[in-house]
Amino acid sequence: MHDRGASRSRRRFLGGSLAALSAAVVAGCDRLGDTGWFSALLRTGETLTRATQRLLVPRTALAQEFTDADVKGPFRSNGTSHPRSAAYDALAANEFADWRLRVDGLVARPLELSLDELKAMRSRTQITRHDCVEGWSAIAKWTGVPLADVLDRASPQPNARFVVFHCADPMRADGSEPYYESIDMIDAYHPQTILAYRLNDAPLPIGNGAPIRVRIERQLGYKMAKYVMRIELVDRFDHLYGGNGGYWEDRGYAWYAGV
Amino acid sequence: MSNLYYRHRLPVRLMHWVNAAVFVVMLMSGLMIFNAHPTLYWGDESYGGAPKLLQIRGVNTDAGPVGLTTVFGRTFDTTGVFGAAPNAHGGVTLRAFPYWSTIPSDYSLAAGRRWHFFFMWVLVGNGLLYVLWSLASRHLSRDLAPTTTDLRSIWQSVKDHARFRHPRGEAAKHYNVLQKLTYLSVIFVWFPLVILMGFAMSPMLNALAPGWVDLFGGRQSARTLHFVAAFALLAFMALHVFLVITTGLWNNLRSMVDGYYRIRPPLAAMAASELPPIEYAAIEYPAVDASSSPPPPGPADTPPAGAARAEPDRPNDSPPKDSPNA
Repeated sequence: MHDRGASRSRRRFLGGSLAALSAAVVAGCDRLGDTGWFSALLRTGETLTRATQRLLVPRTALAQEFTDADVKGPFRSNGTSHPRSAAYDALAANEFADWRLRVDGLVARPLELSLDELKAMRSRTQITRHDCVEGWSAIAKWTGVPLADVLDRASPQPNARFVVFHCADPMRADGSEPYYESIDMIDAYHPQTILAYRLNDAPLPIGNGAPIRVRIERQLGYKMAKYVMRIELVDRFDHLYGGNGGYWEDRGYAWYAGV
Repeated sequence: MSNLYYRHRLPVRLMHWVNAAVFVVMLMSGLMIFNAHPTLYWGDESYGGAPKLLQIRGVNTDAGPVGLTTVFGRTFDTTGVFGAAPNAHGGVTLRAFPYWSTIPSDYSLAAGRRWHFFFMWVLVGNGLLYVLWSLASRHLSRDLAPTTTDLRSIWQSVKDHARFRHPRGEAAKHYNVLQKLTYLSVIFVWFPLVILMGFAMSPMLNALAPGWVDLFGGRQSARTLHFVAAFALLAFMALHVFLVITTGLWNNLRSMVDGYYRIRPPLAAMAASELPPIEYAAIEYPAVDASSSPPPPGPADTPPAGAARAEPDRPNDSPPKDSPNA
């Protein structure tokens, strides 16, 4: 009895010491993380990763594709499940017949495309795995028009470097801060980058981004904007919103989401 | 009576400490990333009935916050540590791993990822440098590769470890066989696995050769294996630190700081009857009562481990040229 008590208190002491030591390490790292030079240093990791992965992985290398048997359930709705916007609700009430996708910015021919026009274009169907930055994955079947075809129709100017997706979903209750994302021309012209209007052989539901969500299969989920209203080609994005090229990027996440 | 032996060369010492610090940072920033989705699965995906191997949850009950950890379907109450634990601000937070185990301490997936994906480069760079250096300097072939004698003495080594009997004299200049095998598994199994499973979680690297991730069971399996390998390395670190403390903390620490390690005389050398009389006479030692002043063992060019042969006491604080660890 006495021995057990002693060994328990020894264990508690040891555990407590370890936690205290660990907390000291954590406190030090927290302070370091708050200094400007150190957080700038940490961000060089993203540049290094992007450069290395772009060097290593061929531009058109495809993400793994699966079979119908691998699609096992409904696809999870994550983030916005229904945009808090009267304008969006009006479009949805009409099954997006009045919705138009604007393609503008650094293009020779700005476009306005209806959903039917998009559906009339060449389509691609792919069964892919969606990887969320949080760590989960889900397999689903997507059908849509290759972004490359839409861009070709608009004819990008030579100085266009990024494709920005402007979305219908405001991220704040007061209707402000719309979701947006941006990718480079490599991902924009990747064969699996599509503007998807079908999910698992059915029209894309509102929970998953109706009328279209972009699929960028070699990056994490937050790059794949839902409720896309406008595609803008730019040569830089530091003038947009928080200046980091995306809603989550403006909140500290990496612009390059290949890891 | 000094008998210092030059045990670790400068590159090993440097790379050891870089690795130690970076591993801790990788582990703790990794726990922050895990907190964003504290469930591990087997297979390609997390839904569609994928088996959950581990899940940590925090729930608010009438009796207060409760932390629940489910391992292979069995649920344990882990309140206070996993799932629900005191935070740094005097309250209780529902999260898988507590604040004192994660970098940063307050929940931030974005910041955890920034730490993880910067220091992964340091970890991999340092590890590659170590392997290349170990090959080039023959550290690997001379110090780490087990000999046939080693392999035959595994059981003896297990018994020695179980009795906390650690090598003295000549034998203390070499890694023992369990030590060699453990270090080799850390260098060539666990670190490569944790790194490879990190690659397997990258959607861009998935495209390098479509389907390669399925060799490890799929992306969610890779995430699980990443976690398993990280905890295998943590277990190694805990055992390593335990042995460093119990086999002579300061002597061990010193050898990883300035390289020098004090060899304890072999117990057998204390038997005066076994001392060669000729060397005795030559240096005019008085008749030695072995138990009061044991002559130290000689440098590396003296007989092999186990042969009790005392040498005159002489300073030995420079690296012997042919010593296996130098």
